[in-house]
Amino acid sequence: MTVVILRRLFQAVGVVFTMSVLVFIGVYAIANPIDVLAGGQSSGVEREALSRALGLDRPIWTQFFIFLGKLASGDFGRSFVANEPAIHIILDRMPATLELAFVAMFLSIVLGIPLGMLAGLRPNSFAGRSVMVGSILGFSLPTFWVGLMLILIFAVYLGILPATGRGDTVTVLGVQLSIFTWDGLSHIILPAFNLALFKMALVIRLTRAGTREALLQDYVKYARAKGLSERRVIGVHVLRNILIPVVTVLGLELGNVVAFAVVTERVFAWPGMGKLLIDSIELLDRPVIVAYLIVIVFVFVIINLVVDLLYSFLDPRVRLAEQRA
Amino acid sequence: MSAFLRWVPAILVAACLAAAPARAADLRIGLSAEPSSMDPHYHNAWINVSFSFHIFDRLIEQDERQNLRPGLALSWKMVGERVWEFKLRQGVKFHDGAAFTAEDVVFTLKRIPAVPNSPSSLGVYTSSIESMEIVDLYTLRITTKAPYPLLPRDFSVFGIMGKKQASGPVPEGKTTQQLNAGDGLVGTGPYKFVEWVKGDRIVLARHPDYWGDKQPWDRVIFKPIRASGARVAALLSGDVDLIEGVSPPDLPRLRQDSNVKVWDSISNVAMYIMFDSFRDETPGVSGTNGKNPFKDSRVRKALSLAINREAIVSRIMEGMATPAAEVVPPFMFGANPDLKPDPYDPDEAKKLLAAAGYPNGFKLVLGAPSDRYVRISEISQAVASMWSRVGVQTSVDASTITTFFTRRNKYEFSAFLGGSLAYTGEMSFLLKVVAATPTANSLHGVINKGRYSNPKVDELLHAAVSATDEEKSRKLMQEASRIVMKEDHGMLVLHFDKRAWATRSTVTYNPRVDTSTFAMEAKPAK
Repeated sequence: MTVVILRRLFQAVGVVFTMSVLVFIGVYAIANPIDVLAGGQSSGVEREALSRALGLDRPIWTQFFIFLGKLASGDFGRSFVANEPAIHIILDRMPATLELAFVAMFLSIVLGIPLGMLAGLRPNSFAGRSVMVGSILGFSLPTFWVGLMLILIFAVYLGILPATGRGDTVTVLGVQLSIFTWDGLSHIILPAFNLALFKMALVIRLTRAGTREALLQDYVKYARAKGLSERRVIGVHVLRNILIPVVTVLGLELGNVVAFAVVTERVFAWPGMGKLLIDSIELLDRPVIVAYLIVIVFVFVIINLVVDLLYSFLDPRVRLAEQRA
Repeated sequence: MSAFLRWVPAILVAACLAAAPARAADLRIGLSAEPSSMDPHYHNAWINVSFSFHIFDRLIEQDERQNLRPGLALSWKMVGERVWEFKLRQGVKFHDGAAFTAEDVVFTLKRIPAVPNSPSSLGVYTSSIESMEIVDLYTLRITTKAPYPLLPRDFSVFGIMGKKQASGPVPEGKTTQQLNAGDGLVGTGPYKFVEWVKGDRIVLARHPDYWGDKQPWDRVIFKPIRASGARVAALLSGDVDLIEGVSPPDLPRLRQDSNVKVWDSISNVAMYIMFDSFRDETPGVSGTNGKNPFKDSRVRKALSLAINREAIVSRIMEGMATPAAEVVPPFMFGANPDLKPDPYDPDEAKKLLAAAGYPNGFKLVLGAPSDRYVRISEISQAVASMWSRVGVQTSVDASTITTFFTRRNKYEFSAFLGGSLAYTGEMSFLLKVVAATPTANSLHGVINKGRYSNPKVDELLHAAVSATDEEKSRKLMQEASRIVMKEDHGMLVLHFDKRAWATRSTVTYNPRVDTSTFAMEAKPAK
């Protein structure tokens, strides 16, 4: 167990290193941050002074090793734009994004699995067909368009939900969360649903396919022959077996939701990390971009670990310690 | 399942209650961008600077057309060739109740150049100062390094902090980080700082002892909503009462909606084109046997005449712009009333090109940003096709603003589009940065990336900013502008943007030329 976790952490360090190299080269290739920051109000002398102050006057590889040295002591650098530690800026925004991502995942699971099973159990019924048509729409409609439509319908025409922003927050264990207030809930419903739509479609398809396959398996026949109730056959034997692919995919997708909630955050003006990333890229705020990506790498690593642990719980055939990859 | 269904109505009711408007005397504003800092002296970016005026008063204010009017200074005059005297307003109170005096002004003027790591320092507005003298609590004398009649203009673009409230162990007193957290963020302005939840909202509350007009709003809540469609939706749904940056395609629909009102104004944002008029060989031109056609002012004029400004304004900008002849709108100090936008005259343009030795034109790549400015992609495409029609086969090389600035600053373009903002509300500052001969250690020509140069313009600008007589100064600026725009065609100005705001019908708004969104300009509708 410990070995697995340690190995994962080492892998993460490798990924962080490679990724920082890419970001450094990338930002360097795009443009000089000074050109964006200084605008038309600073003389050449002032621009050089700023360049020195931010360390941008040095060769790119020197900048990179200075960054690595500081990172080793836990310093992610200061934002060029805000002059604050980059990691603070990101951690400030992280609860909002995680909250949105988890609510979206929750919605896609509690709506997606029952709907998928329905479609799998009754593939030719009207309900089953409607679910599948709906899931095609969920896949193919662009997120920003659906977001705007949700706002139009629920906020503008019906006026029952707010259009933008995050609601009142309460502090839970030192973290600002909005899902424990009515105002916060009313704010999170639309963006979370918007973000969940694609995942929900994915879950529906996976569950349906899994269900149809499982129904033909011998153990289901056997369970039925044993005279178990239909409820127990579906709810325990089938469900547990179809959960494995669903958990894998959702685990990976959770990382994606956290990392790429960008579109939804922009449409709903949700104050999360995705919005921050876009703003930082527009302003070439390299320390924030790098710190953001490092945080995301670790989020992915942790999620993968949790998925593996869940595996061994769901399928006793999988033994973590035996993995040597 | 049925238990859940029983809850649905309750959730919906709660949601309705939550979505209902807050207290009646709150004003909620949807901003198109968020300030990067609460420190009023950290970054000379208009969004930061203009937001700070809610909390910090200026010595001298700019009205909605950028004319000067008394702020914390009641009057100002030159008492010697290099000496300005400011009489300060008495009885002004900071948000914490302390009295405002000349000490605070001196503290501020010293703080501005001392703020470290500023991406773009406001020190450009204090750099003319040689020394300061506090005559009495409400009289301040400032000696400049050279005669400088524009000092009041410079003093109208930064807010005054309190010496007592913002002092600290480091040179700048309270640091940018402390101020971002609200520590020392105390001014004399109409609103007090309450909280800043980054990315979500900035909350201000009325300053009851404000010296100016009593503000009608108990609280003002600013919400950054970057996507323009989402801003409009937030307004229509009643999430916010006022939005800025309404894009032209949304206007017709909003104007028809009886719950909403639209307010627009000409802005100080001028869109222009500049040419490489410096190098003998220029990278973006071909078909001229290696010559740079833009060193000939006839070519530059020809390309100006080839542009149909009216068409750009009416078709592309959908009326949300005004054709321009120079870099500041006609009502600003130093604007030349004799200058008219160049007419659309493709025949004359062809003649001029022929006279300059290019009867068959040439090939050109026009550099352009693809974001930041209103409808910039459409404008650059239109200009390219208008130029192609007179024989200059133009293609557009568009890049995002971040890349564009670096490429422009590395002189990668032979011709490029850009936008300028008249921060100071007068001619000389803008003309200085965009059309004076570039130098390394001053602001002269810092964004003159075509390296246009005319010693006569430099001389006139220098004379204009050191003339002690205001009328004389104005005349000199007007002449400098005439030479750049009409004699040399050193840059082609296309139009001034009009900017639009929209409010719920319960709120009125007084739009400003400087593009700022001020809670002070919003009032409850009668």
